Amino acid sequence: MYQLIESLRAAWINLLAHRLRSFLTTLGILIGTASVVAVVALMQGFSDSIKAQFADLGGTALTLSARNEFSNWNTGNINQLALSDIDLLRYRVEGVRHVAPVMGVSYGGRVRYKGRSASPQVMGTTADYVWVERRFPEMGRFLVEGDDQGRRRVAVIGPKLRDDLNLPRNPVGQYVQIGSEWFKIVGVMAKRGEVFGMSQDNYLIVPFDVGRALQGQNRRLMFEAHFTVADIDEIEQVKERVSRTLRHAHKIAPGKPDDFEVESADQLAKQFGQITAMATLVLGGIVGISLLVGGIGIMTVMLVSVTERTREIGILKALGATRRDILLQFLIEAGLLSLLGGLIGIVIGIVLGHGIAALIPNFPPASVPISVAVGAALFCALVGVAFGIMPASKAANLDPIEALRYE
Amino acid sequence: MIVLSSISKRYRMGEESFNALAGVDLHIARNEYVALTGPSGSGKSTLMNLLGCLDSPSSGSYVLNGRDIASLNDNELAQIRNREIGFVFQSFHLLPRLSVLSNVAQPLVYRGLPPKERERLASEALGRVGLASKLKHLPNQLSGGQRQRVAVARALVGQPSILLADEPTGNLDSRTSEEIMALFDALHAEGQTVILVTHEADIAAHAHRVIRLVDGRIESDLRQSPREAACIS
Ligand SMILES: Nc1ncnc2c1ncn2[C@@H]1O[C@H](COP(=O)(O)OP(=O)(O)O)[C@@H](O)[C@H]1O
Ligand SMILES: [Mg+2]
Repeated sequence: MYQLIESLRAAWINLLAHRLRSFLTTLGILIGTASVVAVVALMQGFSDSIKAQFADLGGTALTLSARNEFSNWNTGNINQLALSDIDLLRYRVEGVRHVAPVMGVSYGGRVRYKGRSASPQVMGTTADYVWVERRFPEMGRFLVEGDDQGRRRVAVIGPKLRDDLNLPRNPVGQYVQIGSEWFKIVGVMAKRGEVFGMSQDNYLIVPFDVGRALQGQNRRLMFEAHFTVADIDEIEQVKERVSRTLRHAHKIAPGKPDDFEVESADQLAKQFGQITAMATLVLGGIVGISLLVGGIGIMTVMLVSVTERTREIGILKALGATRRDILLQFLIEAGLLSLLGGLIGIVIGIVLGHGIAALIPNFPPASVPISVAVGAALFCALVGVAFGIMPASKAANLDPIEALRYE
Repeated sequence: MIVLSSISKRYRMGEESFNALAGVDLHIARNEYVALTGPSGSGKSTLMNLLGCLDSPSSGSYVLNGRDIASLNDNELAQIRNREIGFVFQSFHLLPRLSVLSNVAQPLVYRGLPPKERERLASEALGRVGLASKLKHLPNQLSGGQRQRVAVARALVGQPSILLADEPTGNLDSRTSEEIMALFDALHAEGQTVILVTHEADIAAHAHRVIRLVDGRIESDLRQSPREAACIS
């Protein structure tokens, strides 16, 4: 232990004794690390922002929907969820927290207000929707239970629809026309912004039963159930229980496929995450090759240094240093040299990543996970030690007499 | 303590081979004060390097403190150098980037002593050679005589059983040489075994036993009274 500290101290003294040379030697490592870190920072920032957008799309909610193959649509033998399935989900499956049915309402014509019209997406749902999606109104209120029970003609709108229809900044209390029916606006949802250039705020929400009435009884009732789980770590178990309960309720014989599916909204985000992780790995790997070039630089200079210090090595051996002592001394020196370059490189890489991200318009801010920084530092030290092996063993194997006689 | 039996050291130079030592038999007991003399190229340094376990003989056996050196591996040899031998070189061989104190403490690093202990022992050893005031200096800030004192302190710090010095005064003027020799005399008086190489008669005069090498053989091995010898010189 003392020897290790002593070796570190000696390595430090030796590196300081040749400041400029040490710096130039480690420049390869420095540049390599800086590029790796910058690339990872940019990719990570990009992927973080995509993930955040996906999370906005669906949060952590799960979706239960009817499952229809292509053949179902062809034959007209279409599966759908029953309203009773909502109650099953709500009351019969352990681990389910909030449940909200969500239907896309097909309505004839457009949504109108004072001579302007728009075609927002119209959804029918219940008061629980806010808890499932964890999205809340910015003005006014969301639907309440009474809206559904009383079949009130009320609507909550997205901010984009407000702007499209030229509604007042606070449109609560205004009436809009859907087809031939009038709805009172009771709330405006918080803005979500755009994903891939598409506004996420152009919609109108009405009570579930009102939505059913709006699209007419002769249309097929297609809806999904959005729900959350009480414990996020239990998602898989809950999915399993939902599946069992519904198979039982739908009387599906063992071996027959489900007529429904349960998806988590973050599945897409996960897939995307995997793609960016791959891209980061490949890019990082390519740039990482420059680290190997840096390692070769370290090896060369260490070899020169061993030759220069031949006599010193002889002295140390005469004083009782073993092969291992000398080996350790030079390995630590190479590792330290590389690590120092790596640390400077990491700092420059972070600065570079943030700089580039700031220069490119619309590019998300760069981000470097601490694990990447620590990993890069460790890798640099490892590169140094690996490329130090050859010079260090050359030093360790010097014959003491010849080393002492070396001029 | 030291038993050499028919030690030879052969150097190969291309086709020819050449005996730097040719059958040396030698006993040296504890607390002897030995001077190795002889003309240049007679094998004095070669013999010192063998005694110091820096080199191994081509044939013959070397028993140091009851251990046959030929049977030891690399690590054990390093340990012998670290614990049993204190080496002083003609050209000092200090580590240029380390302070005087660190130079003297260096052998103790290989014993795994904690830094405080190393520094305590090193400053003690420097005190013995009269350099207690130069602990923080670098070697190049010292005179030749002072550097050699540092080297002596470094050789002593581990309390070795033998102190080996290969022409310790070879790079020093005669006044400084006398100071260094007075130091060796004092160490010997304290019980230290001292073996030194020199080709100067007045240096050899300090020793109690003078061994003369010629062409890799012991030509003479004389005991002398050092006082007398010192007066003659
Ligand atoms: N590594 C070596 N290779 C070849 N010859 C050597 C080597 N070391 C010493 N010698 C030769 O061995 C002889 C004895 O050398 P050395 O012990 O240094 O003599 P001294 O110290 O008495 O002057 C010399 O002739 C020298 O040239
Ligand atoms: Mg010599």
